[in-house]
Amino acid sequence: MNLWLIPIFPLLGFLANGLFGRRIPKALINTIAVGSVLLSFAWVVKTLLGLSPLETKYIEHYFTWIQSGTLNIGVDFAVDRLTAIMLLVVTGVGTLIHIYAVGYMEHEGGYYRFFAYFNLFMFFMLVLVLAQNYLLLFVGWEGVGLCSYLLVGFYFTEQFATTAGNKAFIVNRVGDFGFSLAMFLIYRQFGTLDFSKVFDSAKGLPVEASAGIITAITLLLLVGATGKSAQIPLYVWLPDAMAGPTPVSALIHAATMVTAGVYMTARSATLFLKAPISMDTVAVIGLATAFFAATIGLTQMDIKKVFAYSTVSQLGYMFLGVGVGAFSAGIFHLMTHAFFKALLFLGAGAVIHGLHGEQDLRQMGGLFKHMKITAITLLCASVAISGVPWTSGFFSKDAILVAAYARAPWMYWVGVLTAGMTAFYVFRAWIMAFLGDYRGHAHPHESPLVMTGPLMILALLSLGGGFINVPHFLEPMFAEAAENQALAWLSAGVGILGILLAILFYVVKPGLADSVAKGFGGLYTLVYNKYFVDEVYDATVVEPLVEGSRTVLWRGIDAGLIDGTVNGVGQRSRGIGSILRLMQSGNIRSYAAWVVLGSIVLLIVIGFSGGLR
Amino acid sequence: MPNAPVPLSWYLILSAVLFALGVAGFIFRRNIITVFMSIELMLNAVNLSFVTFSYQFKQVDGHIYSFFVMVVAAAEAAVGLAIILTVFKNRATLMIDEVNSMKY
Repeated sequence: MNLWLIPIFPLLGFLANGLFGRRIPKALINTIAVGSVLLSFAWVVKTLLGLSPLETKYIEHYFTWIQSGTLNIGVDFAVDRLTAIMLLVVTGVGTLIHIYAVGYMEHEGGYYRFFAYFNLFMFFMLVLVLAQNYLLLFVGWEGVGLCSYLLVGFYFTEQFATTAGNKAFIVNRVGDFGFSLAMFLIYRQFGTLDFSKVFDSAKGLPVEASAGIITAITLLLLVGATGKSAQIPLYVWLPDAMAGPTPVSALIHAATMVTAGVYMTARSATLFLKAPISMDTVAVIGLATAFFAATIGLTQMDIKKVFAYSTVSQLGYMFLGVGVGAFSAGIFHLMTHAFFKALLFLGAGAVIHGLHGEQDLRQMGGLFKHMKITAITLLCASVAISGVPWTSGFFSKDAILVAAYARAPWMYWVGVLTAGMTAFYVFRAWIMAFLGDYRGHAHPHESPLVMTGPLMILALLSLGGGFINVPHFLEPMFAEAAENQALAWLSAGVGILGILLAILFYVVKPGLADSVAKGFGGLYTLVYNKYFVDEVYDATVVEPLVEGSRTVLWRGIDAGLIDGTVNGVGQRSRGIGSILRLMQSGNIRSYAAWVVLGSIVLLIVIGFSGGLR
Repeated sequence: MPNAPVPLSWYLILSAVLFALGVAGFIFRRNIITVFMSIELMLNAVNLSFVTFSYQFKQVDGHIYSFFVMVVAAAEAAVGLAIILTVFKNRATLMIDEVNSMKY
C-alpha cells in the first residue's frame, strides 16, 4: 500500500519550500505546503479504505536501518486501528490548520520558513505514528520536538520567543532522557525494539517474574510522555510555547504533538497493563495535571494562556483515561480534543488577527458583532469542551470519567470538578472576548474565508465528532470501557453548571468575579501566578545548575583545572627559558669561553671513559 | 748527532703550544682581527700534528686532511673577513665586546 508515501509528501514540501522558498512566489509556497499535506491526507484515506476493515496490523518493511550484534532495527511502517485514527487526525486537522495558516501568516515575515517547518513537522509526526518500533518512533518524537522548538521560536528576534523555544526543548530533554532509558531497558529485557515482538514476548511473561523490570520500563516511558505531553512535573514548557504563531499552538501544541505521549502510552498498553503501579501513576499524574491546570486556567487573562492551560488539563484527562485502563476512551478524547482545541486556538488566532495582535482578554469584549463566524464557531468549541450533551466532548470525556469511576470513585469526582472548571474558564474567555462592550483600541474585523473556512469545518467536527464511535472501532485492540449513563449525565450536568456560573459571573453580575477573587485573596494570587511553579523550578533546578556550572564547571574545572594545566605548562617553559636565555649574552668572548670549556669537558669525559676506541 | 731526526714529541709539543696560544688569543684578545688570527693559529697547530703523524706512520691520510683544513680555513677567511668588514663599516669599531647586540 506504499505507506511511505504518507510522510514523504510533507517532506518533499519541506525540501521545496525550505530550499527554494525565498525565490518562489507566495502562491506557490501555499500550493506546495497545503498541497503536500492534502496529498498525504488523501493517501491516508485511500490506504485505509484499501486496508479496511483492518482487523489485524498491516506492516511494511523497507530496509534494515541498524544491524549490530543482536540489535536489528528496521525502517518499518505499520497501520492498525490506533494508527488509523492518529493518521486521520494528524493529516485531517493538519490540512485544515495549514489552510488556515495561509491566511493567518499572510502579513508575517519568514513566510516560507514557517511553512517549511510546518511541513517538516507533519513529516516527523507521521513517522511517529507510523513507526513499528520504538527507535523509529523516537526519531519522529525528537523530530516533532525540533519543529516545536523552531516554531515556538519563530519570532526569533523577540527575546521571550527564543527563551520559550529553549525552554520547550530543554524540558523535553528531561522526558526524552527517560524515554531513552526505557528503550535501553526494553532492549535489555526483550532483545528487540519492534512493537510486535516486544508485546508478544511481554504477553508471555509471568507477572511475578517481570513486575520489576516492566514497571521500570513503563515508568520511564511515562517520564518521556510527561515531557512531550506536558504533564506534571514537566508541563511548564507548554504555556510558554504559546509564544509561537497561533497555528503552531493549534497544530503542534494542542492537536497533534502533545498527544504523542498519550499515543505512545496507548501503543505500549500491553506493557502498561503488566505494571499496575505504573498504571496508577499515570492515572494520578493525569488527574492531578487536569485539576491543577484547570485551576490556573480560571485566572489567566491572556486568551492563548487560558487555552494553553486548558490543553494541559485536557491532556491530563487523556492520561487519566489511559491510566485507568480505558485506552480507547483516552484515544477518543485525543481525537475530539484535536477538533475542539484546534478550533479554540484557531478561533483565538482569528480574534488576535482581527485585533492586530492583541491577546489580553481585558482588551477585548463585544467582538460578537464584528466577527460573527469566529464567535459562533468558538462557541461550538466551547460547548464541546464543556461536555454539553451530544457534542464531541460529552462522549469522550464521559467515557474517561466513567472508566475512572470504575477504577476509583474519588478520581471520578475530581474529574467532574475539573470538568466544571473547564466549562467555566472556557466560557469566561468566550464571554470576555465576545460579549459586553469593546474595551480595546484596535479596529476589529472578521477574518477572510481562508481562515473562517477551517473554523467552520472544525466546528462541525467538534459538535458531531462524538458520534464517531472510536471505542467501538478500537475494540479489537483494547478492552471496551465501562458504560454508565447516570454518571455521564451527572458530569455533563456539572459542565453545564460551570457554563451557567460563567454567565452569572460575567454577564448577569459583572464585578462578581473581581469580588470573589478578592475574597480568596492569597489563594487567588497563588493560582494567578501559576502556583509559582516556574519560580520554584528556577530556584531548585535552574539556578543551582547555572550556579554550579558557573562556579564548579566553568571557574573550577574549565578555567582552573584545564586552562590551569595548559597555561601552567606554558608558564614553566617561560620560567626555565628566562633563566637559560641569560647565557645568550651577546658577548662573543663569553661564547668563546663556553666553546673552549665545552671542548675541555668533552676531552675529559672521553679521557675518563677510555678514549674513542 | 747532527743527522739525528727531530723527535716526534717535539713536533707535538710545538703543536700543543701553538694551539694553546691560539686558544688564549681566542679567549682574551679583544680585536676581532686578532681573534680571527688566533682561530687560524689553532687550525694550523692541528695541521702540524696531522702532518707529523702522517710522516711518522708513513701514511698519506694526514696530508690530505691538512689540505682539507686549509681549504676550509681559506673559505672561512673569505667569509669571516667579509663579516668583519661589514661590522666595521656599520659600527666603526673592531672591539669584540662592543658587538653585543645579538642577545636576549
